[in-house]
Amino acid sequence: MIAIAFDWSTFWGYLLPPDELTRNALYLTLGISVVAQCFGVLFGLISALMQRSKFRVLRLISGTYVWFFRGTPVIVQIFFIYFGANLFLGFDLFPRDANILWFSINGAVLAGTVALSINEGAYMSEIVRAGIAAVDRGQMEAAKTVGMRQTLAMRRIVLPQAARVILPPLGNEFNNMLKTTSLLAFISVRELFQDAEIRYSSSFKPAEYFAGVAVLYLFLTTLWGFVQKAIEHKFSESDRDATMESGNWARRNLGRLIGGH
Amino acid sequence: MDNDYIVDAVDVHKRFGKVEVLKGVTLQVSLREVVCIIGASGSGKTTFLRTLNALESIDSGSITVHGHRVGFQDGKNGTLVKASEKHLAAVRSEIGFVFQRFNLWPHMTALENIIEAPMRVRGVSRDEAVATAEDLLARVQLSDKRDVYPGRLSGGQQQRVAIARSLAMKPALMLFDEPTSALDPETIGEVLDVMKELALGGMTMVCVTHEMGFAREVSDRVVMMDGGVIIEEGTPEHFFTNPTHERTRQFLSKIL
Repeated sequence: MIAIAFDWSTFWGYLLPPDELTRNALYLTLGISVVAQCFGVLFGLISALMQRSKFRVLRLISGTYVWFFRGTPVIVQIFFIYFGANLFLGFDLFPRDANILWFSINGAVLAGTVALSINEGAYMSEIVRAGIAAVDRGQMEAAKTVGMRQTLAMRRIVLPQAARVILPPLGNEFNNMLKTTSLLAFISVRELFQDAEIRYSSSFKPAEYFAGVAVLYLFLTTLWGFVQKAIEHKFSESDRDATMESGNWARRNLGRLIGGH
Repeated sequence: MDNDYIVDAVDVHKRFGKVEVLKGVTLQVSLREVVCIIGASGSGKTTFLRTLNALESIDSGSITVHGHRVGFQDGKNGTLVKASEKHLAAVRSEIGFVFQRFNLWPHMTALENIIEAPMRVRGVSRDEAVATAEDLLARVQLSDKRDVYPGRLSGGQQQRVAIARSLAMKPALMLFDEPTSALDPETIGEVLDVMKELALGGMTMVCVTHEMGFAREVSDRVVMMDGGVIIEEGTPEHFFTNPTHERTRQFLSKIL
């Protein structure tokens, strides 16, 4: 039997501390995740509201969107969004370096972020729809009886309550998103996974780098776990008595998490 | 407006699918009048109340509330057209509605529940809305619950806040849909007291209720509904001492 030689010095050398390339990859992973999740929530919200529209066309568009992007692999979506225009129409939708406002951004990064946003929107659409459906019908009725119009009632009465239902699955989605960005390695975006892959292919030490990169993802998802708890706590404010509220909720909540209550 | 009625409902029909729940209801309510609608469940009384501010649409007949033809608005050259959402909202803002299940907004404190519509619908300043809300909270004896979320209030307290929320819009008419049916027995009294005070203050009220004591003591007129129509109406004295309709007698004997 041959013992697998795990080179601990490579492993620790990669992690402690990560060099600049890896740190940049980590920032890129985080940045793409945050941006794609934000747009995903926005697209999901729009799609969920379209699904409630009285216009059939809007419901149909939203339904098709959700059906298609939940029903096909993200990696295929990434491929077609990045290369699709060139393949079918003969031009680059995402040139090597695109300029957005004052940013110059790598075309692959932009295409990847767009793909992840659109894909995430399809999932968020279902989550938002379920969140709105979970709010009691009487809430909207009460808003109507005092003369509020549909859009105002949605914004002030229904969505804030739906948000609390949406938040836990949203946290799950972002956790997923942090890891799904690794698929952008496929179009050579140097995020965490691509960074690890480049290192492994020049050193032939896959176990060391892949174990290492797992630790880095775990670091990101753990950090997010704390943030999510704090946000959910903040949103459950109305479950507690307002007169008992004092001090900074984040500090109090972090204290509880770290101090084990 | 060609009469003094606050509510003028004529031959109102309403069906849910195959079931016709309102089979021609006609009811007029005058200014400052308090009308109680009683009847067994399934008699159509709640549905009728809900048609008065268009929470339910009607299939035929007409409803005029405070001079507005409910569900319609003036179109070109004197015709009536289906009301826009904006018009509906404007009409509803003049009609208070109190639900059986309160429907307070749980993410807002008692005060926030009350100031929300005056500020966002009427455009009243925050200071003014708060001042009005504080007066109303004092009137329903909940000044100490100003900053409490509904989840921390008893049923009776929630219902009183809900009444205050409606009153904050200074409605011309208040509709009550079984306001005490979801309450613990010991908190029913505090809600009825608020309603009684409101009636004494001259508010026009239509109450769907099972509280016969309230109907007897406070209302000017009692209306009995059965099977989607009004089968009998009259003063409380007439109603509770000498009902003419057999179905009314049966109902009262069961409930009293």
